Amino acid sequence: MTTASSADHPTRRDFLFVATGAAAAVGGVVSIWPFVSQMNPDASTIAAGAPIEVDLAPIAEGQDIKVFWRGKPIYISHRTKKQIDEARAVPVASLPDPQTDQARVKEGHDQWLVVIGICTHLGCIPIAHEGNYDGFFCPCHGSQYDSSGRIRQGPAPANLPVPPYQFVSDTKIQIG
Amino acid sequence: MSGPSDYQPTNPALKWIERRLPIMGLVHSSFVAYPTPRNLNYWWTFGAILSMMLALQILTGVILAMHYTPEATMAFKSVESIVRDVNYGWLLRNMHAAGASMFFLAVYIHMFRGLYYGSYKEPREILWILGVIIYLLMMATGFMGYVLPWGQMSFWGATVITNLFSAVPYFGESIVTLLWGGYSVGNPTLNRFFSLHYLLPFVIAGVVVLHIWALHVAGQNNPAGVEPKTEKDTVPFTPYATIKDLFGTCCFLLFFAWFIFYMPNYLGDADNYIPANPGVTPAHIVPEWYYLPFYAILRSIPNKLAGVVAMFSAILVLAFLPWLDTARTKSSKYRPLAKQFFWVFVLVCVLLGWLGGKPPEGIYVIAGRVLTFCYFAYFLILLPLLSRIEKPRPVPNSIADDVLAKTGSKSTPMVSTVIALAVAGALFAGSARDARAEDHEEAPPSQKWSFAGPIGKFDRGALQRGLKVYKEVCSACHGLSYIAFRNLADAGGPGFSVAQASAFASDYKIKDGPNDQGEMFERPGRPADYFPSPFPNEQAARAANGGALPPDLSLITKARSYERGFPRFIFDFFTQFQEQGPNYVDALLQGFEEKPPAGFALPEGSYYNKYFPGHAIKMPKPLSDGQVTFDDGSPATVAQYAKDVTTFLMWTAEPHMEARKRLGLQVFVFLILFTGLLYFTKKKVWADAH
Repeated sequence: MTTASSADHPTRRDFLFVATGAAAAVGGVVSIWPFVSQMNPDASTIAAGAPIEVDLAPIAEGQDIKVFWRGKPIYISHRTKKQIDEARAVPVASLPDPQTDQARVKEGHDQWLVVIGICTHLGCIPIAHEGNYDGFFCPCHGSQYDSSGRIRQGPAPANLPVPPYQFVSDTKIQIG
Repeated sequence: MSGPSDYQPTNPALKWIERRLPIMGLVHSSFVAYPTPRNLNYWWTFGAILSMMLALQILTGVILAMHYTPEATMAFKSVESIVRDVNYGWLLRNMHAAGASMFFLAVYIHMFRGLYYGSYKEPREILWILGVIIYLLMMATGFMGYVLPWGQMSFWGATVITNLFSAVPYFGESIVTLLWGGYSVGNPTLNRFFSLHYLLPFVIAGVVVLHIWALHVAGQNNPAGVEPKTEKDTVPFTPYATIKDLFGTCCFLLFFAWFIFYMPNYLGDADNYIPANPGVTPAHIVPEWYYLPFYAILRSIPNKLAGVVAMFSAILVLAFLPWLDTARTKSSKYRPLAKQFFWVFVLVCVLLGWLGGKPPEGIYVIAGRVLTFCYFAYFLILLPLLSRIEKPRPVPNSIADDVLAKTGSKSTPMVSTVIALAVAGALFAGSARDARAEDHEEAPPSQKWSFAGPIGKFDRGALQRGLKVYKEVCSACHGLSYIAFRNLADAGGPGFSVAQASAFASDYKIKDGPNDQGEMFERPGRPADYFPSPFPNEQAARAANGGALPPDLSLITKARSYERGFPRFIFDFFTQFQEQGPNYVDALLQGFEEKPPAGFALPEGSYYNKYFPGHAIKMPKPLSDGQVTFDDGSPATVAQYAKDVTTFLMWTAEPHMEARKRLGLQVFVFLILFTGLLYFTKKKVWADAH
């Protein structure tokens, strides 16, 4: 096939082969990127996931609503004083996922609980105002969350996540 | 299969696999040690090129199918959303569309190579017939693929081609209804074409496996047409043929990249940027360029059934070649008469292709009939005749002798034929687009556009002024429904900031709902919203405009074109001219005339326009001096408005143009360097084989 090249030192032929091989490898890797990147969310999906504004005025005390943001259900609860006190009375160290109630609400707006309604176990939507803790109950495998959305009982490992949100006014929040 | 294989892996894990499934030995014997004639020229690289194109079409096709919606009301929009929103969607779409043309170009060269060198002769008859089967499958796949975007040409091409089957006596109508899944081409047709278009390439892949298997039984043919006799005649496939194929493939990729990045619409038809309208047939229906010769043959025969039979026969006759041409000498290199008639045949095919793009009138009809006769005469009369009467020149004793006798003239035929092919190809491609405007209309003047050429960019000021013209003048009647407010902040566009785009959006009232009461309501626009249409539906639009429907303007600069004429469309290929649409729109906006010329009967309710086909347009002159004032002090003239709004509309038609040209430059630089490296590598590898 090829004549035995002097293996003592790199020849011009070797340099050429290495250069060509390297160029092929670089070209190959760079070419793969568009084929992978196209699976990421496209511009219209990202645009549809833009922040939304929710008006809190129609939500009475003790009521909650469910809105969708980025395809995920979000519970917005107007908590009663009883629910807030119960949540704050719990010793934090005893929780499976320790977190204070204050850390999960906005200061000055303690009556508003905004959580993503996806059970942290395997993804079902927990039912509001159910369970032993006046919070949420997930029917799939029996996880129970309290009135701050924290896991108290059941297989779920973590508290219901709080999405990024801020108060635009006293009666309006922007989620996202 | 064939070829020496004493391959035994040393690694124990590999040995374990090899004993149970000798796949490494198979690959080794088929593609590494496989004895390849050492005198093959570059026409033999097209097999590898075709394999790459098939893989590429499948890859890009599967990816496009992740984003495409095969439903009649959503298909067109889903293709536009691929091009506009999916990351690199414009690149994937261009690769797939241009890839189809490249696939056919490569297959035609591959077939002509087979014709010239007698690669269909004994013992390669089945190899050749498998190739004809692959070609037929490719034609079916390409046809169905073209229907999927559901543009005007998609729909009407589907109607015409499926109607071919109505020529079948007695069963014709039932067959067509079965194909359609309805009483006309519609959603069921589109759905099944999508399914079959996804399926057939894998069928092609299967037949390609058989094709390569049949090839490896007989071994490759070679330019001398003399079978290998000794080991001196062949070289192992790897590294010799591998590196040569790689180099040839890279050169092909360069040519391919020219279309992907710089001429994406050169081979297509502007009418396919108009959504399918079952009520309006385009003035000139043409298939894609690779079907044109057969289209010409179909139209040449005045009888419907005979025309259909002639068209299919034109392909099927290829399968009979091994029995039509029984000359012992394989290669036309040594058959002086056959060689000359081969080139005449190539010319016949090119001319048939050119005719396929012309309207079937006058001399074109006569020429079509003559050339159809020539086409069939080549196979059915000439080749059998030559087999009997031609005296071939003596062939070399062996391949080794052929290689040693090389006088260096090997490269010149290649170069000249490549040039001839390029011109022929440009002729073909340009002819497909020239199907329109045989009506001897005055062509719009060519303007200077900032976005033209390989490094063209949109003039940001023009885009912003054009947006203003659209908003204050055109939006009263014309929608812009493919553009969202967020696009105004995209790179390569009018250069709004995200905040400015949000503010711009909030000026608009967008219909939304239903609310909790079940009613629709209005709210301020958001960046994710699209420009609202001035009318709620088509009927309202027509009622407000004297029965005429003002077209949506998002794609107008890609949906309009005009004949460039010969030889200009050949130069256009080299100068990357893609600005027919903008030239037309700009000319139309300024082409209104108060009084039509003497003798022209202007219908009631229409206006005379120099550049509108037929000259009678329902739209009154939309632009007048001083109508829009520009903040940057640009002149408030009709010419300025026309230029700016056309630039803006070119952006709305192709928002990613700047990214396309930028990436194109990078790809070209890389490919040229890489091709150079491959060339020298190939020369080094082959240095001791000559």
